[in-house]
Amino acid sequence: MRVEALVKRRKYSLIFFSILLVFTLASIIVTDFDVTKGFTCIPKAIVWSTKNFYPNADSLEKIPKILTKLKETVFLSVASTTVAAAFATFFALFGSHTTRINGFLSILIRGIASLFRNIPVVAWAMILLFSFGQSSLTGYFALFFVTLGFLTRAFMETIDETSKESVEALKAAGASYFQIIFQAVIPSSLPQMISWMLFMIETNIRSATLVGILTGTGIGFIFNLYYKSFQYNAASLVVVFIVITVFAIEFISNYVRRVIL
Amino acid sequence: MNLLEIKNLTKQYGAETLALSDVNFSVKEGEFISVIGPSGAGKSTLLRCINRMIDATSGEVIFDGVNVYDLDKKELRKLRTKIGMIFQHYNLVNRLTVIENVLHGRLGYKSTLAGILGRYSEEEKRQAFEIIEILGLSHQVYKRCDQLSGGQKQRVGIARALIQNPKMLLCDEPIASLDPNVSKVIMDHLKNISTKLGITCLVNLHQVDVAMNYSDRIIGINNGKVVYNGPPNLTPEQIYMIYGSEAGELIMDLGGKNAS
Ligand SMILES: Nc1ncnc2c1ncn2[C@@H]1O[C@H](COP(=O)(O)OP(=O)(O)O)[C@@H](O)[C@H]1O
Ligand SMILES: [Mg+2]
Repeated sequence: MRVEALVKRRKYSLIFFSILLVFTLASIIVTDFDVTKGFTCIPKAIVWSTKNFYPNADSLEKIPKILTKLKETVFLSVASTTVAAAFATFFALFGSHTTRINGFLSILIRGIASLFRNIPVVAWAMILLFSFGQSSLTGYFALFFVTLGFLTRAFMETIDETSKESVEALKAAGASYFQIIFQAVIPSSLPQMISWMLFMIETNIRSATLVGILTGTGIGFIFNLYYKSFQYNAASLVVVFIVITVFAIEFISNYVRRVIL
Repeated sequence: MNLLEIKNLTKQYGAETLALSDVNFSVKEGEFISVIGPSGAGKSTLLRCINRMIDATSGEVIFDGVNVYDLDKKELRKLRTKIGMIFQHYNLVNRLTVIENVLHGRLGYKSTLAGILGRYSEEEKRQAFEIIEILGLSHQVYKRCDQLSGGQKQRVGIARALIQNPKMLLCDEPIASLDPNVSKVIMDHLKNISTKLGITCLVNLHQVDVAMNYSDRIIGINNGKVVYNGPPNLTPEQIYMIYGSEAGELIMDLGGKNAS
């Protein structure tokens, strides 16, 4: 019985890799991708980077300007994530199997959350460019919608995972809906929800950089500006700051996680 | 006097699963009854149809002279305060302390706001400490429940049910996740509650020997039907009658394994 299962699994993985290989070959042909050139380019790219793409003394003058833009991007991410988290909490309560008040509403919320989450943030930005033009509002709402979708799903799963059983117990003891929410659901799921929110802040700082290129705001904009005007030293400094920020945020959120979990 | 009467209770899940079919029995005040049967027989469904955690498809449940299925939402909350429930997985809020979990048993008696804020009266707290003492958890009062052993968690579960001042306890496999020594402690507590406090106990069990040791009466369920309702000293034939199909399946499983 076990050997059979093993053989079956091996057969499946063989089929899977064959299909993968076919797809890879097909896409190389379709896109006219020169494989050898693709790989031989890598050393050249590295050489170019070491020659041009490093911060020098001149570029240090740009630091105040970079910091202003960086602050803009970080605030944008934090603001969109926290506001989205507040909305997501409500949606998740009405969408989760454990705490929903209406089956239809739950399905509706799940559907919308999935849709929002699955539209990439760049696509959101492009859609919103029509309404808000090149402004931080576009970036804000692009991040907001994706985060709302993602956090609603994550919060719903957290609620179902961590508080299903205690909710049953409190309900059986005659507790009312809001008593159950505040006495069982929130104490059980809040730490994990905060953890998800921190994760989204990290993710959104990365996304905000990218979206900024599109919307002409924040750190993404200034990177694009320097890069396109051949100020590679300044552009590289921007990258350094982005990396430092991402690490710093990750450090902070790991610390917070350790404390609350 | 009958505290609980179950009449023609039927529960259908979806189009196919008939979890309970025409269940009838009654329970006298202070009785200790075990419900046994193979897994999937409908034991959990039966218990939850009594306090309407699951709504039965048809039939009646009369508890303390009231038809449970006639009650509106508010009256149902009131009724549920009179029925404590104990679970296999304890169903505690693990991140809260023992005392906080025990006091949750009072929520059904409180206004929504007082409950949300977790404001309990001195009398309620005094009672909580008393019950915690009886169950031997005095040293754990301010410990978080995720730091407790399984047996301790189940005792918190029992304390939470007791502080409701219930007339009846519904216990859904209270010892299924515990080892035999701890199981004995829990079963002794339940038995004590029944004899000393006169609280009626309806206990789903998987272990026939435990059921025979502790019960005043045993109800055997198989495939959603009551197939036995009588004294706790079961004969092997009666055990086979209750668990019949599971034993049969077990034999078929073994046969199937040998064949392949
Ligand atoms: N929520 C549900 N939806 C559909 N079928 C269910 C559900 N809960 C239980 N059942 C089915 O009802 C039958 C009785 O289940 P249950 O009451 O849990 O049995 P027991 O507690 O005796 O193991 C089983 O066949 C089970 O698969
Ligand atoms: Mg069960």
